[in-house]
Amino acid sequence: MKFSHAIIEKNVILMAVLTLITISIGGLVQIVPLFTVETTIERVDGIRPYSPLELAGRNIYVREGCYLCHSQQIRTFKDEVERYGHYSLAAESMYDHPFQWGSKRTGPDLARVGGKYSNDWHVAHLNNPRALVPESIMPTYAFLNRPLNFDDAAEHLKTLRTLGVPYSEDDIANAAKDLKVQAGALPDEDTTALLARYPKAHLGDFDGKPEQVTEMDALVAYLQMLGTLVDFTKINPEDLKQ
Amino acid sequence: MGVAIADGAYGGTAKAVPVEAYHEDVVRAFVVAAMFWGIAAFAAGVYIAFQLAFPDLNLGLEWTTFGRLRPLHTSAAIFAFGGSALIGSSLYVVQRTCRAPLFGGREWGWFIFFGYQLFIVMAATGYLLGITQGKEYAEPEWYVDLWLTIVWVVYLVVFVGTIMKRREPHIYVANWFYLAFILTIAVLHIVNNTALPVSLTGTKSYVAWAGVQDAMIQWWYGHNAVGFFLTAGFLGMMYYFIPKAAGRPVYSYRLSIIHFWALIFLYIWAGPHHLHYTALPDWTQTLGMVFSVILWMPSWGGMINGIMTLSGAWDKLRTDPSLRFSVTAVGFYGMSTFEGPVMSVKAVNGLSHYTDWTIGHVHSGALGWVAFICFGMIYYLVPVLWKKQRLYSARLVEWHFWTATVGIVFYITAMWVSGIMQGLMWRAYDEYGFLQYSFVETVQAMHPYYIIRGIGGLLFLTGAILMVINLIRTVRSAPALEPVTQAAAVAAE
Repeated sequence: MKFSHAIIEKNVILMAVLTLITISIGGLVQIVPLFTVETTIERVDGIRPYSPLELAGRNIYVREGCYLCHSQQIRTFKDEVERYGHYSLAAESMYDHPFQWGSKRTGPDLARVGGKYSNDWHVAHLNNPRALVPESIMPTYAFLNRPLNFDDAAEHLKTLRTLGVPYSEDDIANAAKDLKVQAGALPDEDTTALLARYPKAHLGDFDGKPEQVTEMDALVAYLQMLGTLVDFTKINPEDLKQ
Repeated sequence: MGVAIADGAYGGTAKAVPVEAYHEDVVRAFVVAAMFWGIAAFAAGVYIAFQLAFPDLNLGLEWTTFGRLRPLHTSAAIFAFGGSALIGSSLYVVQRTCRAPLFGGREWGWFIFFGYQLFIVMAATGYLLGITQGKEYAEPEWYVDLWLTIVWVVYLVVFVGTIMKRREPHIYVANWFYLAFILTIAVLHIVNNTALPVSLTGTKSYVAWAGVQDAMIQWWYGHNAVGFFLTAGFLGMMYYFIPKAAGRPVYSYRLSIIHFWALIFLYIWAGPHHLHYTALPDWTQTLGMVFSVILWMPSWGGMINGIMTLSGAWDKLRTDPSLRFSVTAVGFYGMSTFEGPVMSVKAVNGLSHYTDWTIGHVHSGALGWVAFICFGMIYYLVPVLWKKQRLYSARLVEWHFWTATVGIVFYITAMWVSGIMQGLMWRAYDEYGFLQYSFVETVQAMHPYYIIRGIGGLLFLTGAILMVINLIRTVRSAPALEPVTQAAAVAAE
């Protein structure tokens, strides 16, 4: 029997089913292997989940739509590597729900901004970007100098654990305390346990107001750890092959 | 073969069903909503465009920063303006081309309307308050996503149900595209927005996917929001309203079949071109690039089918205001579907990615194609829906057309220049082998182009305001259709 498109044109269910099949193929081919091929994520040391304070800061980063002007993805070009540092690895965002690679650089890439500027610089810059960089077109974020509301930190960690981020029972039990310790709100507390759970976490009272943990503290704690987890002097190039 | 696609081209033949039997009040409501949200979206766009030129316009308030207003602008343009126009026109087209009133009747139609408007309002207010998932074009949080899913399923049922009770043997080609749009958006929406709320009483959730997989899923979604929301849906519009306004059948029936299946098969592969040279594995990037280039062909197939439908009726471009917008829209469609494949080539993308070139490309599609095809549809529909002989003023339409067109030209040329310039400045080395420009020097260089872009947007907004004035006048004071027609319709009832 000769095929005629009229058969499809006369049967809406058939048309819907064929449409669904047609649109599924590309997505399946491109997405499923990313979950099954193990080399998709490079085998490097140092990647860990976010500390509670960093996570709170990351949520503020998402809330304010920072990703709409700042990428977190250094491409494999000479100029980008010179400007921003080693190109980004898939492993470096493996615990990012959601990813924040971005699509536009109205401002510079932030994938490795951690440690490039002091805490004071970040706070002053967020309070008034043009005080430090006169040509900047970034909005002012002085409203972040308000108390951080992250009392349910443990719930956030639990939710992420359900989604596959390896937070331990210990991490969850200490979430609220870790947050305060990292922000310098409990100056007499020992920081060894926190640093064991979250190596390379930036400690300190970021905004100069030790008595309270602010949104500013959280955001700066997040910015200061970005791109710092992998030690690129100890990398085996073989392990970076995807 | 019975291409004639009967009603599509020569639809005035509703002999069996009197005009009143169609549910047109819900279509009218969607048309009004589309115009309202259109103005809101363009105004928000103009405002944030000037924020980039004059950062003091951020006002130092959390609700008015660029980061919170930008999703408001994109969602208002795509989902509120584009979505209202798409749903409204699809409900009109499906009734006419099937010669059947809406499945589910008036109530379901109104549920779709109010349900969808509620979705828009919930999403928009959330953005201002900082409630966002942080995924571009998929910013609404989990509770808004769930609500949209319910509305969308009802929409699908009403649309398919209406097709099932049609009194035409064939399903008209416009409905294929609308159907593919509804189905694919459902799949994309559900997969990309899979998330786990922290608490059922809170707004915050975490997306189920992470890192590189989330990036791939996001751009599979993001690019096909372009492919199926902003393209397939509006092609459905093209396949009904251009033949209708031109009084000619679709140029080629065969081409529409090839166009349809090739377009929906190929589009879905194109997502990875948003992730060139990133941590996404190379094989995926290359696949995305290859399919993006191939996609040029069905895109232009559609363009040819739309424009050639005017064969024998080219003179109407001078006289029919609706047609002028629709055909210019298809022209812009052809231009941006050529530019897109070019930009998806890795070597070009290395320069264009992260720059304003992308923004310009998106707007040649969004303003030139999407908005113009909507304007054509609305200029055609308003006199029909409100039973008027004609629009209030053809001259105002002409003013709208030229201000909007000049606005688009300002916009996209400014973004071409600024985008390519910034891309080149980022990679420039001086004679000693150092990077020549600091980042902020490239920001400073953008300033004049951001102003030109803002002016372009302002012109586009002005045109749309002229349109609203014209439409309000049309509804209020244009001469009504001959009473004879109405009497005949009543008699038929």
